[in-house]
Amino acid sequence: MKTCGARPGGPSTDGIDLTKQTVIQGIVLRFREADSQRLNRLRDGIDDAVPNGVAVSNGYVRLLDASGEFTAEVPTNAEGQFRFFAAPGAWTLVVQAPGARAEKKVVAERGNVTDLVITI
Amino acid sequence: MSRETSLVTADWVAENINNPQVAIIEVDEDTTLYAQGHIENAITFNWREDLQDGLRRDIISKEGFELLLSKSGIANDTTVILYGGNNNWFAAYAYWYFKLYGHQDVRLLDGGRKRWELDARPFVTEVPTRTATRYVAKDQDLSLRAFRDEVVSAINVQNLVDVRSPAEFSGELAAPAHLPQEGGQVKGHVPTAKNIPWSKAANEDGTFKSDAELKEIYTAAGVDLAKKTIAYCRIGERSAFSWFVLHELLGVTKVKNYDGSWTEYGSLVGVPVEIGA
Repeated sequence: MKTCGARPGGPSTDGIDLTKQTVIQGIVLRFREADSQRLNRLRDGIDDAVPNGVAVSNGYVRLLDASGEFTAEVPTNAEGQFRFFAAPGAWTLVVQAPGARAEKKVVAERGNVTDLVITI
Repeated sequence: MSRETSLVTADWVAENINNPQVAIIEVDEDTTLYAQGHIENAITFNWREDLQDGLRRDIISKEGFELLLSKSGIANDTTVILYGGNNNWFAAYAYWYFKLYGHQDVRLLDGGRKRWELDARPFVTEVPTRTATRYVAKDQDLSLRAFRDEVVSAINVQNLVDVRSPAEFSGELAAPAHLPQEGGQVKGHVPTAKNIPWSKAANEDGTFKSDAELKEIYTAAGVDLAKKTIAYCRIGERSAFSWFVLHELLGVTKVKNYDGSWTEYGSLVGVPVEIGA
C-alpha cells in the first residue's frame, strides 16, 4: 500500500527557521509480522509497496550527546513522530516503547533536517 | 524527608485511584498530554496557566495557590500525588510549589507518566470532578527558594549546581534540545557552578536511582553536601527535580531552587558568566 505524497519521517517543518535550527526528527514505527514479510518481499524485489508499520504513539525518544550524556527526551505524538532542536554534531537516539528499545546514531547539520524512520 | 515520605510506586497509585483522601495530579511540560489520556481520576495543573503569575515573572501568590487548590478539591490534609511527562520535571516543579506553600503530604509517582506508559498501564480521557474545598496555604518557605542576588553572592561560597545538559552548561545550546533555542540573553553558566545534569539522577525509565547512587553523583562531582546549595537550570523546573533529589530523597536540608534560573541570570547586566565545560 503506497501512501501517495506522504513523506515518511517527522512532522512538518513549516514555520521553523531552518537556517538557525539544527533539527533531528522522525517517526517511530512498530512492524507487524505482515509488514516484515512485505519488507522481505520488497528486498527481494517482488513487491514495490512501501512497508507501513504502525505508528508508535506511546513511545519515548531520548537524545544523547556524543559522550552518551542525556540531552533531551520527548514522547512520540499521535502519529508516532518526534523532533529535537539540537546542535551540529554526532548524537544518539534511544527509542523506548512498551516492550521495545532501539538505538540509532545520527550526525546532525544546521539547515539540513535529519529526518528518520525508526522501526522497533 | 526520605524516599518513603516523598515517592510512591505505580502499584501504590493503582491501588489508591479511588481513595478519596488522595488527589492525583498530572503536570506536564506538553500541556496537551493530559487530554490525550491520563491516570484514572487524575486532574491536571497547567504549569503555564495555573502555576505562573501571568502578569509579572513570578510563581503564583499564596492567595493564588489557595484558590487553585480550593477549586481543585484539595484539602490541607489531602495526600497529593504528582506525576508527569519528561521524567517528572514539571511534576517535581509542582511538588516544590506544594512544599513552598507548606502542604503536608505530597509525593511523586516514581517514573512519572513514562514508567506508567512503558508498563502499558491504562490511561483514560474522562476528567473527574472533585468537590471544592477551602484550602489555607502557609507563607512561602523561603528556605527552599533562591533569588538572583543570593546566587551572585553564592559564587565561590556555596555549592552552585547547574542541572542543565552539558551542551547548555558549556554555552553550546541555549535551551534543552527538544525546544527551540531561546533563553537568556547570553549562553553559559554561573562561575563555580558544577554541572550535574538532572538526568544523572534518573534511570532510563524515569525512576530515581538508589540513594547510594544519588549521593555518589553529587559527592563525585565535588559537591560538599554539608554546605548550602543552590540548584538552577533554565526556568527552574529541572532544578526542582534535582532539588527534590537532594532535599527530599537524600534529606539534605540547606538546598534551594533558583526558579529564575538561566533565563534570568543569563539576562542580568554586569554579572559574571563562564562558558566551556
